[in-house]
Amino acid sequence: MAGYLLRRLAQVAVVVALVATIAFVLIHLAEGDPFSDTLENPNVTEEIRAQLRATYGLDRPLPEQFARYVASVFRGDFGWSFSRQRPVIDVLRDALPNTLLLMSIALAVSFALGIALAIAQAGRPNSLTDRIISGISLFFFSVPEFWLATMVIALLPYRYPGIFPIGGIVDPTTHADLSRGGQLLDLAKHTILPAATLTLLFSAVVARYQRAALLDVLPADYVRTARAKGVSERSIVRRHALRNALLPVITLFGLAFPALLTGAVFIEKVFGWPGMGLVIVSSIDSRDYALLMAAIIIGSVLVAIGSLLADLLYRVADPRIRDDR
Amino acid sequence: MIAEVALPFVGKRAVTRRLLSNRSASAAIALLFAIVIPCVGAPLFAPADPRAQPNPVELKNQPPSASYPFGTDQASRDVLSRVLYGGRVSLAVAFIATLVSITLGTAYGAIAGFAGGVVEAVMMRILDTLLSIPRLLLLIAIFAAWRGLNVAGFVLIVGLTGWYGLSRVVRGQVLAIKGEEFVVAARALGASRARILLKHILPNILTPVIVAASLGVGHVILLEAGLSYLGIGVQPPDPSWGSIIQDGSDQIAGAWWVSFFPGMAIVLTVMAVNVLGDALREALQPRHMGTE
Repeated sequence: MAGYLLRRLAQVAVVVALVATIAFVLIHLAEGDPFSDTLENPNVTEEIRAQLRATYGLDRPLPEQFARYVASVFRGDFGWSFSRQRPVIDVLRDALPNTLLLMSIALAVSFALGIALAIAQAGRPNSLTDRIISGISLFFFSVPEFWLATMVIALLPYRYPGIFPIGGIVDPTTHADLSRGGQLLDLAKHTILPAATLTLLFSAVVARYQRAALLDVLPADYVRTARAKGVSERSIVRRHALRNALLPVITLFGLAFPALLTGAVFIEKVFGWPGMGLVIVSSIDSRDYALLMAAIIIGSVLVAIGSLLADLLYRVADPRIRDDR
Repeated sequence: MIAEVALPFVGKRAVTRRLLSNRSASAAIALLFAIVIPCVGAPLFAPADPRAQPNPVELKNQPPSASYPFGTDQASRDVLSRVLYGGRVSLAVAFIATLVSITLGTAYGAIAGFAGGVVEAVMMRILDTLLSIPRLLLLIAIFAAWRGLNVAGFVLIVGLTGWYGLSRVVRGQVLAIKGEEFVVAARALGASRARILLKHILPNILTPVIVAASLGVGHVILLEAGLSYLGIGVQPPDPSWGSIIQDGSDQIAGAWWVSFFPGMAIVLTVMAVNVLGDALREALQPRHMGTE
């Protein structure tokens, strides 16, 4: 187990290093830098630009820049965000908890909802209920995240502005003056739509996956035995099949991180939710490469940790794969 | 994990019959034709030039009506025509990128499974690493940096990052089929390795490839839309479904139709290819037949 864990951790490190290197090289080989684009002011002469580049080390050869970057990342310094005029690490420290809040609500609710729906479906496959739920989950499985979020905004906040705020995480003008309870309520009001949108999207993934997993298990011998003993169909699904069909749920848990992060990027942009997704999107627009690099690194760390956790859970849950290959 | 067992040989006619007897699959095929034909033939079917701005003052943001079935956008362009031309771009991007992915994925997986030994071990370790790179983040980094990229470059990069999952499945299938008697027989008859791979193994691993192709098209349509929405997908003036939604998203309260219709086109297309992918899997690999 220890050997396996070490090997997997090494793999996580390799993946993150690979993503960081690819992103760094691509971004720095591309035409333009933060100073060629954002400072289109005619008063900024070429000399000033060159001076700025020298200050930030952008005139050095690429390998040197990369070595300096890696060294500073290991010291916990992700550089300076030009667009926000703050250290990148501070921007991330503010944004990451907001994204994790959105992701954890969506993760918890969609697993509960998705598995419950799958149980309802697998108990009577091809029934009307099964078909209706399948249709609805197919819709949410096939919808572009940002479009769904945009339509949610068009349907609710624009019509009921008193109930649903249009975006952000709290009301910027009144929040500071509210009581503690009022602040929580304000946060909840702003959270409900983005969290619900992300939840709908991921519940569909869980329900589809879990229904297939249950239907895979239902033809098994022990299910036939239970049926022969006279166990009711409901109880077969809940007590016999579900336990065995829960293994794929762990796999799904590993898939959840990239899926939720992807969803969060778009949903945060549409709802103006100040998390990692919004950081990524705004750093694309402003060519704030230090910020973009850092956000991509943190994102790939999140995804790698998710899949590592899933692998470990799998080994705990299923004795058959515990032996090292 | 995904079906690492040899599949029974299934005749083409049986597959077609099973597919068409599946009502949702027939509906999906009909829906796909209904979307793909007008889009591919956009110059014939579109009522207007997708870039024409007949009257940016008086005809802007017109709601859907008889003369503008999908309304007009803020530059008075006809949204229906833009959706049709945009579909051409989105569908072409999706088909070609998927073609790149399944070609690479099949080749890599087949070679790994067929080679065995150290070659296979190394190839699979590389694949494990590639599989854990978050695709969207990688694509964001690439396209944010290389903004001037043309459509061909976009398609190629999307295709190059989408083949890992299929490779793993293909390799499993090859491993299972490698030991089958007809492969052993071919080898005994002196067939070359290339001949065995191309003539005997490849035709028998097409199931996951076809299924992956169908699902892959849906995935790339969503990916292209998302990247275009972020402003780093297919570049204007060529509209794509994603960039039309982006056009309309600033004024969603006033002119919802600009974003609504291209989004529905995406949803319907992706739903159809997902249903088709599932149905193909069932038809090619009748696993649940006993339970239905």
